[in-house]
Amino acid sequence: MEALIRMESVVKVYFIGGQEFQALRGVSLTVEPGEYVAIMGPSGSGKSTMMNILGCLDKPTSGRYWLDGVEVSTLDDDQLAVLRNQKIGFVFQSFNLLPRTSALENVELALLYAGVRQQERRRRAIEALEQVGLGDRLQHRPNELSGGQQQRVAIARALVNHPRLVLADEPTGALDSQSSEEILALFQTMNDAGHTVVMVTHEPDVAQHAKRIIRFQDGHIVQDHLNEQRRAAPAAALGGARHALD
Amino acid sequence: MPLTETIRVALRAILTNKLRSALTMLGIIIGVAAVILLAAIGNGSSLQIRSNIESLGSNLLQISPAAAREGGVSLGAGSRPSLTLADVNAIATQDPAVAAVVPVLSISAQVVAGPNNYQTSIQGTSWNYSQVRPTPVSLGRSFTPQEQARSATVAVLGTTVQQALFPNGANPIGQTIDIKGVPFTVIGVLQTQGTAGFANQDDRIIIPITTMENDLDSVPFVNQILASAGSPEEMNLAQAEITATLRAAHHLAPSQANDFQIFNQATLLQSLNQVSATLTTLLTGVAAISLLVGGIGIMNIMLVSVTERTREIGIRKAVGATRGVILTQFVVEAVTVSALGGVLGALVGILGSGLAGRLMHTPAPVSWPSVGVALIFALLVGVVFGVYPARKAALLKPIDALRFE
Repeated sequence: MEALIRMESVVKVYFIGGQEFQALRGVSLTVEPGEYVAIMGPSGSGKSTMMNILGCLDKPTSGRYWLDGVEVSTLDDDQLAVLRNQKIGFVFQSFNLLPRTSALENVELALLYAGVRQQERRRRAIEALEQVGLGDRLQHRPNELSGGQQQRVAIARALVNHPRLVLADEPTGALDSQSSEEILALFQTMNDAGHTVVMVTHEPDVAQHAKRIIRFQDGHIVQDHLNEQRRAAPAAALGGARHALD
Repeated sequence: MPLTETIRVALRAILTNKLRSALTMLGIIIGVAAVILLAAIGNGSSLQIRSNIESLGSNLLQISPAAAREGGVSLGAGSRPSLTLADVNAIATQDPAVAAVVPVLSISAQVVAGPNNYQTSIQGTSWNYSQVRPTPVSLGRSFTPQEQARSATVAVLGTTVQQALFPNGANPIGQTIDIKGVPFTVIGVLQTQGTAGFANQDDRIIIPITTMENDLDSVPFVNQILASAGSPEEMNLAQAEITATLRAAHHLAPSQANDFQIFNQATLLQSLNQVSATLTTLLTGVAAISLLVGGIGIMNIMLVSVTERTREIGIRKAVGATRGVILTQFVVEAVTVSALGGVLGALVGILGSGLAGRLMHTPAPVSWPSVGVALIFALLVGVVFGVYPARKAALLKPIDALRFE
């Protein structure tokens, strides 16, 4: 099977105030379809830059990156936008929902740019929101939802286009522990259903949910290992979410 | 992304900041309304000037004696009598472009009717005066060629004179009035005409020119000759023919200046039209500038809006909006503001024109081309001033936009 993510000696250099700063110093990585990867590391280790490049939000300075067989480094901004739309679902720490816009329309946004017709869009968005357990909050706006609920809307938005890759950037960073568990259970269910999940986090607790843990330091991968003592999500939350996803 | 969806998003953004959008729109509303209103007022006043001039008679040429000069000082038009009845006959017989020609000899005199008396202008002219200057009678009749031939003492009164001499609405027809001691029979009353320039057209008595010369004022000259050309196209030809005829009749050598002057109505109309067209252009230009200022207002607000919504732009880009989609979204938003403003402005302008017309007692007919031009201009303003902020939004990098606080 072809790798979903293949990176070869990716380097990313920033210029901050005329000073050169190497955020990534030659990273090579392969992720197969169906993996659940946690990227860890202290701040400044390059894990956020890694996330931006994986998500096609930014381009590497040098090196090559294939996502699902497409070589990303050769694409222009608009082609990257289309690629993000079709292949990647994003979940951010700060949710990044459109304000003053209902949950339903927030989820529909990804389908809108994919050119899906309105009825189909509505049907699929409702389905995705029901999957994350928000079938009764369709018309609520972000400011009428709790943090955990907002993050579930974001997850519905990430999943609605059936992406090849779900990228999560500190998805539980802004949540209380109970909401965090619920969100992590959802990721678990997602992964069980065959989605590839890559999650950036600095919390070891959160990383313990992943099957594979990659540690970054000073722009290098310093550790890449399968997670032996993997922590299962709470059975109750997992059971509920799994049921919803079926 | 379908355009209807884009417009829906734009409308939501506009409704989110109601006051701000309304103020931005106000610039466009004022601009569009001003263009329409000023064009209507300009239009109306030029129509009124035209109808005033045309009421004097169509294709009218007024011939007056030239100003006398004494030691280089002009004594004013008509100060040296030079026109005679023979000139009138010469023009009538020799100039084919002239359809009708009449003399006018006026004096000022005291008129008495029973206990009432009144000072007015007595105008001696020909029976066909009405062919040159339309002067329909509202009561009785005008005098006939036969009456003119036998110098009949008959008079047609203007309404001002009628009211002065025959108050209480008494019927003047058949009554006798006394002009400088000569009894005249009233045979008609002119329709009310109002003023032309400074002259009250109703404050006069018209009598046959022959009667005037025989009984009231035996000078060999006339004050004025009025001629009408056969058609508007023949105005200049008629003027040239009259000039040639009069120069020959007055035995003027080629080196001598005309001892008469011809006032051509077409020339006057043309220059007045020019003046009012210039004025309308000027006013519309001023209004167009206010539209431009409105456009700058739109650009200003759109730039603020792009900055405020940087994060939203980042989210949209992250989930797959291309540069074109973002560009379209913001241009459509700007154009929606300017289009709404344009439509509201057009309504204000059209209603305002009606109101202005009523207040100024002058018709201010809406010029529909100006409505079209103002609306198109408003839309263009939206596009032109919307593109720069929209481009700024479209070119934002998704990671920078997402990080924006």
